[in-house]
Amino acid sequence: MAPHVIIRTRMGTIAGIAALALIGIGLALPAIAPRALIQDLFTILTLLTLAQLWNLLAGYGGLVSVGQQAFVGIGAYAMFAGVILLGLDPVLAIPLGGIAALALAIPTAFFAFRLQGAYFAIGTWVIAEVTRLLVAQWKALGGGTGTSLPREATSDIIGVESIRALFGVREAAARDILAYWLALALAALTIAAIYWLLRNRLGLALAAVRDNTEAAKSVGVDARRIKWAVFLIAAFMTGLVGALIYVQTARISPDAAFSVIDWTAYVIFIVVIGGIGRIEGPILGVIVFYILQSTLADYGAWYLLTLGLIAIAVMLFAPRGLWGLLSDKTGLHLFPVQRRLEGIDLKGGK
Amino acid sequence: MILLETKGLTASYGQFRALFGVDVSLSAGETVAIIGANSAGKSTLLRSITGVLRNDPSMVLHRGEAIGALPPEIVMQRGIAMVPEGRKLFPSLSVEENLKIGGQVRRAIGPWNLEAIYDLFPILREKRNVPGTALSGGQQQMVAIGRALMSNPEVLLCDEISLGLAPVVIRDIYAAMPRIKASGAAIIVVEQDIGRALSVADRVYCMMEGRVTLSAPAATVSRDAIHTAYFGDAA
Amino acid sequence: MIWIDTLVQGILLGGLYALFAAGLSLVFGIMRLVNLAHGDMIIFAAFAILLITGSLGLNPFLAALIAAPLMFALGWALQRFVLNHVLGKDILPPLLVTFGLSVALQNGMLEAFSADSQRIPAGPLESASVNLGIVTVGWMPLLTFATAIAVIVGLNQIFYRTALGRAFRATSDDPVTASLMGIAPKGIFAIATGLAMVVVTIAALYLGMRANFDPSIGPARLIYAFEAVIIGGLGSLWGTLAGGIIIGVAQTMGAAINPEWQILSGHIAFLIVLLIRPRGLFPRAVD
Repeated sequence: MAPHVIIRTRMGTIAGIAALALIGIGLALPAIAPRALIQDLFTILTLLTLAQLWNLLAGYGGLVSVGQQAFVGIGAYAMFAGVILLGLDPVLAIPLGGIAALALAIPTAFFAFRLQGAYFAIGTWVIAEVTRLLVAQWKALGGGTGTSLPREATSDIIGVESIRALFGVREAAARDILAYWLALALAALTIAAIYWLLRNRLGLALAAVRDNTEAAKSVGVDARRIKWAVFLIAAFMTGLVGALIYVQTARISPDAAFSVIDWTAYVIFIVVIGGIGRIEGPILGVIVFYILQSTLADYGAWYLLTLGLIAIAVMLFAPRGLWGLLSDKTGLHLFPVQRRLEGIDLKGGK
Repeated sequence: MILLETKGLTASYGQFRALFGVDVSLSAGETVAIIGANSAGKSTLLRSITGVLRNDPSMVLHRGEAIGALPPEIVMQRGIAMVPEGRKLFPSLSVEENLKIGGQVRRAIGPWNLEAIYDLFPILREKRNVPGTALSGGQQQMVAIGRALMSNPEVLLCDEISLGLAPVVIRDIYAAMPRIKASGAAIIVVEQDIGRALSVADRVYCMMEGRVTLSAPAATVSRDAIHTAYFGDAA
Repeated sequence: MIWIDTLVQGILLGGLYALFAAGLSLVFGIMRLVNLAHGDMIIFAAFAILLITGSLGLNPFLAALIAAPLMFALGWALQRFVLNHVLGKDILPPLLVTFGLSVALQNGMLEAFSADSQRIPAGPLESASVNLGIVTVGWMPLLTFATAIAVIVGLNQIFYRTALGRAFRATSDDPVTASLMGIAPKGIFAIATGLAMVVVTIAALYLGMRANFDPSIGPARLIYAFEAVIIGGLGSLWGTLAGGIIIGVAQTMGAAINPEWQILSGHIAFLIVLLIRPRGLFPRAVD
């Protein structure tokens, strides 16, 4: 057989079919699932999406941002502004979140890309803080104390009426179902988009840039443009997620919407524990995270203390996360993006 | 007495094997030259001895003790000092500080101290407060040699000390070798410049493609033998 | 006259920020490591000093003298047993480990000391002030600023006058060649982090005596420290003091216009400097 590069694995094909089936089940789930489960799944799906996006930035792009809460927050506030100031339907205002985050990402990248490596991380954090402090000055949206979506805006969200009729549930439950569906769609779309990006030229270019910016430059990969592209894509999607989260919450404040713990720390822990630099990592990570949260949530600060220590332990003893351990043991690749050379024998030494 | 020897030394960089069972030895007071073309494995040999590359412990012996797996700082503290390829002066340190740091952790009793180094290379006394990397290549090489001598080492390893220097500068540096030899240190010189190497060495090893292809007394070795060992039979 | 007063207060506040930043700068300079838990360690040290003053009935300065070697040991152990294992070409593992440490430390302190605001009692020094003609300044801010200068002079003495400092600089330049000089880079890193924790203890002493603190305020101190380091230019301790002063002056000026703008003005000053001098005001020639 002639040497050739392949990406596909048999498990990958099976996983693809399984993913489609899972999405189908996910769509039908509200027919039987209680409201509490739908709410939990909403949280899991939004965290999963944020984790995938952070993984794209840090795991594939080498851009360790500790300021993603800036895009969650600005996305949420843009949605609120669309509803309160422009009278839009909350669901239709979600794209505003993405656009606002994209707009914020441009100056953010401009500043933060001047900082190298670790300092980039804190630079993004500073910009998130600046954005939070500026938004807290926005009196029309409640200033530092925040505000709620007006009752008349949440009462006739597009599609809620049909969901009520379909499942025979109250309006609040129907709103949760709608938000859940949107979260499911966003998560599926994000994973599919990242998978597609990584299997194409961008994936190779990213790997080259992350491993060695100078060498990448010398083979014609424009590291700067790639980093900009990844950063802007991640910001846009993160803004959409932020807007969606606050459509469901319906109440916002600068401290909550720009929380580094909720929107960045959790997300980083999910990726690190699950396995950084792999699409499967955040999926496994969010499941572990949810189990930990359900068992330890009553212990308050102990929970976060444990989470921090687990993340340290994972980095020390299994730097490629739980998925890395699993994949090493079983050779499993559900989302194959690695290029493997087949058809030639590699002989070492002489 | 044999001070330092390698036994069946192998080394690799990832998949690439660089050394295939190398045996060399160095006796007290002796100067040994290791010659060979680029990528023959000479520098890898020195990196293995100093611990920059770790090996099986018993592949490198110092006074009969296995040191192959020791980290560089411990190897150095046993009295094996290195003049690294490319000189590798510390840019944040002045010439004098670069010298001092060589004898900072280990300083055996011996002839070498700042004054002795300045006597050996007088130009360094003038430049003592200049940043090490502001000197010319040859002067930097003098600092690198002086830095290694500051610990009064038992074994001095010199990696390609003539590389990239003008012939007149190389001559100045090699002019110091007899005094270094006379101070009692056993020396390994790794060189591509065969003539220079033979002029100071008692014995010579020639390496090719990760193996020792010739081992002979420097005084009696023939040009032809070196040529064959250096380039292989085909040349 | 109010503006001169604001300016002087801002400069003195800059001394505190320089103290926050000196430890961060030291560690980054030697091993290119940014400790995201730096701010939380300042708060931790403040609690340690508070605990010692409370339990032994000691003056805070003496308490800091006891806390300093303990913090040195802690920093040494953290580097030796944790951070040394993740240092390498990839910057991600050390960042994530220190981020995990930051969250764990914050919440550990929350459990141990509650969310209540605390203050290290400094007796009459808290309110004492001195009249300098045009302005009246508190003894405490003045002492903080003087300490910041003393710490920077002290660190520079260690760096440029001692064998340890020589080893610090050599290891920072090239750890492999340093090891060929008999220096164990990982041992040097552990000493450096220990030393940084001594500076952290000094910063904590003044932070705790000047204002209230609680377990949640560490990250904001990290950000101020980071801004001071970047403004000053990486690796320059005097630059760090200048950076601290710029943040301090921007904050007090902003607060004088509108109290809500205090923190924001500091950040904006940082962004402006980053815009016009991306490498800081006093960049190091090397690297």
